[in-house]
Amino acid sequence: MIIEASLPESGRLRSAARPARRAPLRLRIAPLAPGLKRLLLSWPFPLAILALWALAAHYEWIAPQVLPAPGVVAHTFADLARSGELFDNLKISLLRVLAGFAAGCAGGLVLGVAMGLSPVFKDYVYPLFRAVSQVPVLGWLPLLMLLLGIDETLKVVLIAKAALVPIAMNTYKGLENVPAQYVEVAKVFGLTRRQLLWKVVFPAALAPIWNGIRYGLTHAWLALVVVELLASSEGLGFMIVYGRQLFQLDLVLAAVVMVGIVGYLMDKGLALIETRLLRWRRVGF
Amino acid sequence: MNALASFTLGLPARLPKALRGWVLPLLLLLLWWAAIRFSWTDSKLLVSVGQVWDRAVEQTTSGALREGLQASLWRDLVGFAIGACVGLLFGAALGFSRLLENMVGPTFHTVKQISLFAWVPLISVWFGLGDSAKVAFLSLAAFFPVALNTFEGIRSVPREFIEVAQVFNLNRRQWLTKVVLPAASPSIFTGLHLGLIYAWLATLGAEYLLVAGKGIGNTMIDGRENFWMDLVVFGMIVVGAVGFTLNWIAGVVETRLLAWRGRAVAQY
Repeated sequence: MIIEASLPESGRLRSAARPARRAPLRLRIAPLAPGLKRLLLSWPFPLAILALWALAAHYEWIAPQVLPAPGVVAHTFADLARSGELFDNLKISLLRVLAGFAAGCAGGLVLGVAMGLSPVFKDYVYPLFRAVSQVPVLGWLPLLMLLLGIDETLKVVLIAKAALVPIAMNTYKGLENVPAQYVEVAKVFGLTRRQLLWKVVFPAALAPIWNGIRYGLTHAWLALVVVELLASSEGLGFMIVYGRQLFQLDLVLAAVVMVGIVGYLMDKGLALIETRLLRWRRVGF
Repeated sequence: MNALASFTLGLPARLPKALRGWVLPLLLLLLWWAAIRFSWTDSKLLVSVGQVWDRAVEQTTSGALREGLQASLWRDLVGFAIGACVGLLFGAALGFSRLLENMVGPTFHTVKQISLFAWVPLISVWFGLGDSAKVAFLSLAAFFPVALNTFEGIRSVPREFIEVAQVFNLNRRQWLTKVVLPAASPSIFTGLHLGLIYAWLATLGAEYLLVAGKGIGNTMIDGRENFWMDLVVFGMIVVGAVGFTLNWIAGVVETRLLAWRGRAVAQY
């Protein structure tokens, strides 16, 4: 205990003492250094892999059918982009994800809020919800394929299910973990029930809820790719399957790159909104 | 205790707590039974509970269930073990070395954004359609969460802990086993737990997409192709049960190994 209590002190001492000694040096390169250094350091590794890949393709260490040269992939990517084929498929995939995610998000929020606010509702619904969520998305796929066919409905339902589970779960847990003191303070201030919800409870649970939404979108994208790989005649996932069937790995890789780019952009976008949404929070460290 | 216990949404609170969870499942079963009893639909897809039960008995006694489950679980565990080991090492390396993090981290974070299943067609070209491709894919599925959480766990070890270790003059091994690993273990366990879940998901996906050999996923695909709804429903129950069991084991192990930390959440 004693050690723990004295620790922050020493930590502060160190950090206070160090910059003072190095200040002149830091001042000169400080504005650029950390970011630039990180940028410079982050490139050699992917470039080395790319070079290795290019060499492997050039000297045909690996058969070109199995690993096409990076130039070929880039060329295919550019071709697909120019012909519009890439963006048509991208649009279809994005629309599917949007529809499924919107449905799953709405359902998950409603379910999560109801479970989080009402213990009685939770008692009734939670066991079934847990049981349903134990079967992963892919476990539902054959059943849903039989029930719904392999049309758009299947895709949207599956994506919605993938998004719903983490969103409902995080919303419920987030609301449940709102400290009782907050509610007590609100009662002391005589807040109405509506004020209690909108001024206290929801803001306090926003971080975990948003986390759930982020997970939900990631899972939705994951589910989209699976369902397009298995049952689709258009979309990015279909491009991958199609390329695989024709043994055109350049097509497969180009589509995979696109899948990665979209996943990256979606995650970055949500992270950006998160910092805006949670800007009012003053984080301790 | 829930701070918001006053909201009831007007639901009957008279029923004893322990029974409430059974209401919805029983209603669904009743609906299922009624749909067959009063033949609301004559679709072949609506199978009765009895049919599913018969199928379950048939699958169990013929050994088909054991065979498929064994193949799936074996692949699942091998893939998880490989992916988790590599993930632990990779995450630890990135966590301990800023230089390595700066060099490899951005690439890792970019590659992990590629939706997991998009790798399957590539892996199938590189590793074939057999067990090695499936295991490779499962390893990949387990690798990402384990690596990420190990990295974050080690990176979030408070500086003070490291300083205490210096004050106490701990040697390298003590430093690792007494300070860093215990401090990072909750996050590492989260990663392993997630890895286990993802590996099971990927086991199914691999069996759907790389259709060769045996496995519980192949059983379900067979059922779908032949319109054997009973087999599909039975497969789903098995898949859910396995996922539940894996989850449960991971939870028990986690609580046991992290018991020294005491309660993670303060009591209000």
